[in-house]
Amino acid sequence: MNLSLNRIKSQNQMTNIYIGSALLILSILDVFLNSFFRINISGSLPGNLSIFFPLILGFLGLSYLRTEYSGYKFLDSLNKNINTTNFNAFLTLFITFAILKAFPPALSWMVLDANISGDTKEACTGTGACWTYIKVWFKRFMYGMYPNELHWRINSAFLLVIGLGFVGYFFKENLKKYLALYYVVIYPIIAFLIIYYLISGGAFGLVWVETGAWGGLSLTFIVSFFCLIFCFPLGMILALGRRSNLPAIRYISVGYIEFWRGVPLITVLFMSSVMFPMFLPQDFFMDKLVRVIIAITLFEAAYCAEVIRGGLQALPRGQYDAAKSLGMGYWKMHIFVILPQALKLVIPGIANTFLALVKDTPLIFVVGLAEIAGMLALAKTNPKWLGFAMEGYIFAAIIFWIICYAMSKYSYNLEEKYKTER
Amino acid sequence: MNNKIKRILPQLLTILFVVLVFGFFTINAQVNMDNRGIDFGFGFLSQEASFDMQFTLLDYDGQDSYLWAYVVALLNTLLVSVLGIIFCTILGVIIGIARLSQNFLIKNSAAWYVEFFRNIPLLLQIFFWYYAALRALPLPENAQPWFGVTYMTIKGYYIPSMIWENLNVFMSCLIAAIVTIIFIRIYAKKIQEKEGKQLPVLYISLALITILPLLSFLIGGVTLDFEMPVLKQLAQTSFIFEGGIALPPELIALVLALSLYTSTFVAECVRAGIQGISKGQKEAAASVGLTPNQILKLVIMPQALRIIIPPTTNQYLNLTKNSSLAAAIAYPDLVLVFAGTALMQTGKAIEIVGITMLTYLSISLAIAALMNWYNKRIEIKEK
Repeated sequence: MNLSLNRIKSQNQMTNIYIGSALLILSILDVFLNSFFRINISGSLPGNLSIFFPLILGFLGLSYLRTEYSGYKFLDSLNKNINTTNFNAFLTLFITFAILKAFPPALSWMVLDANISGDTKEACTGTGACWTYIKVWFKRFMYGMYPNELHWRINSAFLLVIGLGFVGYFFKENLKKYLALYYVVIYPIIAFLIIYYLISGGAFGLVWVETGAWGGLSLTFIVSFFCLIFCFPLGMILALGRRSNLPAIRYISVGYIEFWRGVPLITVLFMSSVMFPMFLPQDFFMDKLVRVIIAITLFEAAYCAEVIRGGLQALPRGQYDAAKSLGMGYWKMHIFVILPQALKLVIPGIANTFLALVKDTPLIFVVGLAEIAGMLALAKTNPKWLGFAMEGYIFAAIIFWIICYAMSKYSYNLEEKYKTER
Repeated sequence: MNNKIKRILPQLLTILFVVLVFGFFTINAQVNMDNRGIDFGFGFLSQEASFDMQFTLLDYDGQDSYLWAYVVALLNTLLVSVLGIIFCTILGVIIGIARLSQNFLIKNSAAWYVEFFRNIPLLLQIFFWYYAALRALPLPENAQPWFGVTYMTIKGYYIPSMIWENLNVFMSCLIAAIVTIIFIRIYAKKIQEKEGKQLPVLYISLALITILPLLSFLIGGVTLDFEMPVLKQLAQTSFIFEGGIALPPELIALVLALSLYTSTFVAECVRAGIQGISKGQKEAAASVGLTPNQILKLVIMPQALRIIIPPTTNQYLNLTKNSSLAAAIAYPDLVLVFAGTALMQTGKAIEIVGITMLTYLSISLAIAALMNWYNKRIEIKEK
């Protein structure tokens, strides 16, 4: 292949470069005009040839351009990066053309032909997306059926919880030793109280809002936040239990971890909604949201335990031996020597678990909690707003993508940071 | 003495705690079930299920028992998982290799593919394909054929079905070919260890696996016919396709979403595996005089696979567990049929949720056991 193409090349390098760039530019121009302005300059060619025309042209152009060394910086980097072999050249052209072809329709659907003004379905007259739908339903997607005039309570609760989360950064040196205590014990309790009293109300003159009205993206955050802070201590105990040398404790921990890791979350949710009430005392009522949070916590604790176990195993044996030789007992050794080091190692892993948790929370829709996927299903079947499923799911996907991408980048940075410090 | 107490006491307390929790739950469950007049038992499995399923692999109708409904639903789950695993492996390997490409464009498009599909919740992806993308497909009467004989419509994907005659002859030929290939592989390995000669095992295998089944057509009396899907008018405006195999849109949406989502994880495993092999290995192999093909086959792949396979199996397991999201779009899988419809009809919450969880648990444990066995086998044995 290479040989036969080399034969058509001229001996003069400059001629090759001129012919190659002309062919390449012509091919890109063809696709560009075709997709942006609907002008088909190769339309006169017969049959399928007009479809493959730019591909063939560009391919020839790139093979003319391919030289060992030309002296032009741009051309050399082009050759080195996207034009090393015939196969590579073909893939390059293919991807470039695909992007050129897909860009105009996507742009016109998302922006140019889209509508955002107005408050009703009738405002959407264009052929593009109907962002009016998102605009009208935005509050529902964010807050569920929570009363409109009370949204400030959710906002302020979140701001308070986030603010308290950063308090640890401002601890003075002499308070640093209480940092773990603060994050593992005090912070969860305060956060729970804030969310309980501020969002559900019922005290301090706030109106009671039942959990059935909670929903949307804020419910995603509430559920994943609580599950994270509760599953962490449980996971720590299980991880220690799995590495214990007492057989009964070890086997119970292993059994617990393997059981929860072996079943899908959706069956766990079904269990919490239909099976769990059977296991509770007769007159004892537990809210569905609470049951779901307990179920996800139990489920996620098993994954958390495996992450923490990884951190425990990564510590060198010398740390254990040194602690023991100082006469430390099991608890002293773990609290003062092992866990502080191990937990630092597993922070990126925990961040990844949290990411998975956030991605899993839309599942609570299956047991009837109106989380963002549930609100979308509700909005999509509303008779006034039929036919906008696409916009709704793209909107939700964009929101989740931004959150999850930011989190994954953050956990990647953490990983890099702690990698170098060791 | 003191030491013994230190060892035994915590264990006793833990066991006591577990027993108490289980006992508490059991007593509550008994009281609750007595009050509601439900009795515990698996007798319902043999009763008539009396609900219908949209899509089944085996024959099923409402008169069959719950047990049979369970089997059929489990098969549906396995079908989605197997299809998902096949597609996610193909996609994942391509994307994983593409991420290591020297081509700037290919490398970055692969990276963006991974970042894009990995960071959107799977449930939303399934909903997107099912409610938004597949709903935009044409109605049966407007459908244009794909590849000439298959039709992608809003009601599903219609493909020709195969009608075999003497299928068992064909199958036994296929099995015979596979068995012979296994023997030839063992023999070739022995020859290589003894004399250092390499037999062209791949070509022999390919020849065997095509020639033996082909022979069954010529000699064994096997025939193969295709039944094409044909458009049929039911009423003035209602058309359907008849004949052939119809893949429902639920199945397509599920397999698409599962394989796109999981392929990103598989791609990362593949990339990590190939990057995990040091360059020295390749150079050492080349300096011994192996050809590029031999380097790939004998040096790189065996080592890369050792790194790739365990996490990839984990991803397959995740895919199987995630296939239970089928319940959200009403694809008749185990969770929807058994933990949904059957539970609603019988009210046997504990038994049915228990069975469903145990089924997934046993699939997971079986694959985990297989994995451990494989890991032990391929472990580098250091002396």
